[in-house]
Amino acid sequence: MKFGILVNEGPYNHQASDSAYRFAKAAIDKGHQIFRVFFYYDGVLNATKHSDPPSDDRNVVKNWQKLAEDHKVDLVVCVAAGMRRGIVEDSLAPGFRISGLGQLIEAGIQADRMVTFGD
Amino acid sequence: MGDKMEEEYEGGVVKKFMFVNRKAPYGTVYALEVLEMVLISAAFDQDVHVAFLDDGVYQIKKGQDTKDLGHKNFSPTYRALEGYDIEKLFVERESLEERGLSEADLLVDVEVVSRADMAKLMGEMDVVMTA
Repeated sequence: MKFGILVNEGPYNHQASDSAYRFAKAAIDKGHQIFRVFFYYDGVLNATKHSDPPSDDRNVVKNWQKLAEDHKVDLVVCVAAGMRRGIVEDSLAPGFRISGLGQLIEAGIQADRMVTFGD
Repeated sequence: MGDKMEEEYEGGVVKKFMFVNRKAPYGTVYALEVLEMVLISAAFDQDVHVAFLDDGVYQIKKGQDTKDLGHKNFSPTYRALEGYDIEKLFVERESLEERGLSEADLLVDVEVVSRADMAKLMGEMDVVMTA
């Protein structure tokens, strides 16, 4: 199955991005495809290269980054939501790209299932 | 499902989308950013539905005045949705009643549906996005 994933919350402050990451990883491990992960609302903060958590904890941004590296998962950050929160091209960790909300709607159209993570 | 749709609609797949508004309009940016999502969806010729429930019903309440709050009052945009051919707006009756509101308090034409019917409607959608 082809999944689209929408991440609505920032890292650490909320379980949503951890859950989304674990869902994506589990789906891939089971042989499913992730068409795209779209980061919206505070979810755009998952893409910042400036995140540097203590080394004895998980690194949410690096987890996403590795998912993109290992499985060519398309990680898209909403441009408008990013601009509101100071996430611009220069802020991005490797593996993320910035684009418009159209990419989210397209994911809804192309994916067999669209799964939202947030409140 | 996808193949069948492609046969039915020339020019691409048309899915039933529903955008669900559950949060008050101000205090957080969710309502405004859902609205931005709804507006973009209009460009994709999809079958778009917009739902308002819980505190989300306040988003389309008449007479919003945000001057003292220092927020942009974006409520007039809901009235512009019609111009984008987004006309399927649904409001949950129980959410209105719980807040002492009625259809007459709303600034757009909507279909008021029961909580049970709202759940049924959501079940009929291909894509549900919420905040």
